[in-house]
Amino acid sequence: MATKIIVDCSTGITTEVELTAEEVAQQEVDAKAYAIEQAERDADAKAKADAKASAQAKLAALGLSADEIAALG
Amino acid sequence: MATANTFVQIGSTVTVGSGGAASIEFTSIPATYTDLIVKASIRNATGLDHMLLQFNSATTNYTEIIMRGSGSAATSYVLSTLIPSTNGLESGYVGSDTNIFTNCEIYVPNYAGSNYKSASIDAVQEANSSTAYMVLNAPLWSSTAAITTVTLLGQTYNFAQYSTASLYGILKY
Repeated sequence: MATKIIVDCSTGITTEVELTAEEVAQQEVDAKAYAIEQAERDADAKAKADAKASAQAKLAALGLSADEIAALG
Repeated sequence: MATANTFVQIGSTVTVGSGGAASIEFTSIPATYTDLIVKASIRNATGLDHMLLQFNSATTNYTEIIMRGSGSAATSYVLSTLIPSTNGLESGYVGSDTNIFTNCEIYVPNYAGSNYKSASIDAVQEANSSTAYMVLNAPLWSSTAAITTVTLLGQTYNFAQYSTASLYGILKY
């Protein structure tokens, strides 16, 4: 059973208690959200990288040098 | 009576035991300091994950700007409603490589005041691979309540043995 550690700062006492059923359920929901979120971020990062590469290729086709393209940021 | 211009540990350092822990909570935080600092060294035993942060166990009214570097790319996000069903502020990435821990510091100014609560978070994940995430986060909790509880939790996986967290109070005046 998963547990959580609680430090009561008013007493200095540390205790370890089992998660409630509600907390376990929330943990499962969070895990699913993490997987979705990572996939979305990775897809977004890839789309931006692909768009940048495409734009650089088009600029090169117009005659810009690699240094000129790099200077555009 | 706390003394001005001091940096004092509140409560005790938590070290996660062999069974792991889903979260670490500092409760009943006194309002006698100016700012709070959380310093954490965290890993899990399963895989890449986020560490989340909650104030007063709240699951809503968080917003956050995140700047993330991976070793090969830098990106930035604004999480205005956070990810649906995610119940805390992102506070860095945590990995599972053996003996390698994420280092994280969370600074919360004016935590006991009545304004909305801003903070700054820096976290550096270490890994035995070419990709490891470092983040600099600017979170906001839109609440006027004084912060009395700070919680760190894994979004997906439990914290592994020997993970630690400590809470400090800063008294400026």
